[in-house]
Amino acid sequence: MSNDIVDLITSKHDVRNKKRKLNGKEKFWLIFRYVSLIFIWFLVVMPIYVMVINSLKGVKNVYLVNAFKLPEKIDFSAWSVAWSGTDYFPQSISDSMTRTLFFVVQSSIISAILGSINGYVFAKWKFKGSNFIFTLFLFGMFIPYQAIMIPLVRIATTLDINKSIYVLVLAHVIYGIPICTLIFRNYYEAIPNELIEAGRVDKASMVRIYRSIILPLSIPAFVVVLIWQFTSAWNDFLFAIFLTGGSPKLSVATTALNFITGSSNQVYYGVNMTASLIVSLPTLIVYIFLGRYFLRGLLSGSLKG
Amino acid sequence: MSKVVKNRRPVSSRIGGLLFVLPSIITVVIFVYGLIAWSVNVSLTNQNSGSKKDIKYVGLKNYTDLISDERFTHSLLNLFKFTVVFILGALITGFIMALLLEKGIKGEGFFRSFYLYPMAISFIAMGTVFNWILNSARDEEAGGLNLALQKIGLGFLQNDWYVSEKGAMYAMALPAIWQMSGYVLALFLAGFRGIPDDMREAARVDGASESQIYRHVLFPQLTPTLLTILIILGHISMKAFDLIIGINGKSYVTQVVAVYMWESTFDSRDYAKGTAIAIVLLIMIAIVVVPYLRYNSKQQAYR
Repeated sequence: MSNDIVDLITSKHDVRNKKRKLNGKEKFWLIFRYVSLIFIWFLVVMPIYVMVINSLKGVKNVYLVNAFKLPEKIDFSAWSVAWSGTDYFPQSISDSMTRTLFFVVQSSIISAILGSINGYVFAKWKFKGSNFIFTLFLFGMFIPYQAIMIPLVRIATTLDINKSIYVLVLAHVIYGIPICTLIFRNYYEAIPNELIEAGRVDKASMVRIYRSIILPLSIPAFVVVLIWQFTSAWNDFLFAIFLTGGSPKLSVATTALNFITGSSNQVYYGVNMTASLIVSLPTLIVYIFLGRYFLRGLLSGSLKG
Repeated sequence: MSKVVKNRRPVSSRIGGLLFVLPSIITVVIFVYGLIAWSVNVSLTNQNSGSKKDIKYVGLKNYTDLISDERFTHSLLNLFKFTVVFILGALITGFIMALLLEKGIKGEGFFRSFYLYPMAISFIAMGTVFNWILNSARDEEAGGLNLALQKIGLGFLQNDWYVSEKGAMYAMALPAIWQMSGYVLALFLAGFRGIPDDMREAARVDGASESQIYRHVLFPQLTPTLLTILIILGHISMKAFDLIIGINGKSYVTQVVAVYMWESTFDSRDYAKGTAIAIVLLIMIAIVVVPYLRYNSKQQAYR
């Protein structure tokens, strides 16, 4: 049996998948299960449904009372207003989106590289006290970041790096070290030690073994970490709001959206909904296409390989 | 079973490994532990404004002040209410989802993918929608859940949701449950499927009924999973921040510890108080997480 938690979840080992006729009681339970599953499905989908249909009603005709009603005719005008702004809706989400994409991609790549190196050492080149240090790392992933935030803001202000978006690259790289190390370490633990031994017999160095044996096997773990860091940095609000303050020049997707929906634009519900949807799209698309890898990153938080 | 082979390593390599992780170790030590110490230090001073002159140590004053700070105890109580409802709700919902899926059913992948998508979306974005769904407008003006309740004949259940004095935090738990049930589902599903089929078969051969199999054979096997879920949900719940901000901003009724910390720091520039609140939050989370980490690292040592 596989040790991998995601394989376990997606494995279909139907206990009674023996092709035979179901008796009445079993039929009842099967129907009951489907009805319940579909009921839950509706509840889960409802919020995104509300978001999507209300983004297609145009700018003006969006009211709470019609929240669940389908649009009479599909109108994309709220999309262009939310994306680039107009005279009555001065904020636009496009600058913030590009800025977010810019820093998120960089922080994810750096995080993945660091995580891979750390994970390799913690899994295959353990040194005295490495397990203890690894546990110290892990604690860093559970802390509430409020506990480090005020000093962090002070450092950023003193070094004058809070005027650039790189302050968020730094924050996500630093505080991403624990989880990225964990994901890679768990992944490398599963690689047989014989492979490393074989390399060592050939007198390959630690770096050489990493490059020619480990790295080529690491692509799935890189995907997991890249997606994880991408999603969590994209959705991050805490670091962004503290480190870039309210500065509009440095607003990222979440802070810009919070500003838009929290300010006086309450009249333009349609635009607010659309802006929310636009901000959700990148991570949603990643989930749709790479859900399995996303799930793996998510579950690594439970510390199980 | 690869773990049977023990790591054998030449002496010379030990230092090499350390060298490669040293930059990360230093970074974590400084930016996690160093800054926590720095925060503790600030929390022991009288730095209660933006200015930095006349900073003195005042001992635990900021912490004792919190005890008599009505706003803080309010946010703590709010957090407690939220946590109880959120954990119970997500646990029950996720467990039911897992029970419905665990035996395998046609279309499982479809349901599972949908049940898990909420975790990919930012709460600032979902806040806009939940602001509507949990809107307090009633009867003819109702739009969200209140309207849905009317439509299915449960109009008497309409309420103020997150605006009400009493029920605000319970209402706030709903979107959190919506988001995290999938996580519980995933962990329970892994738990169920990690149980060897032979155990069910054996119980069945012994004449146990389906419900007996669940109660006496399967559920006891899920205890470690349950513990993991409780710890993960617990620490997520205590950190609740953007969920609250996204739906209701900094409003007093739904203020929790993390939000109050933000308000004290940003709006009042009371850094000493802000750090004190943050350290209280850290201690609360550490109480839950540290035993788990220790248990986990012992398990690792056996592998």
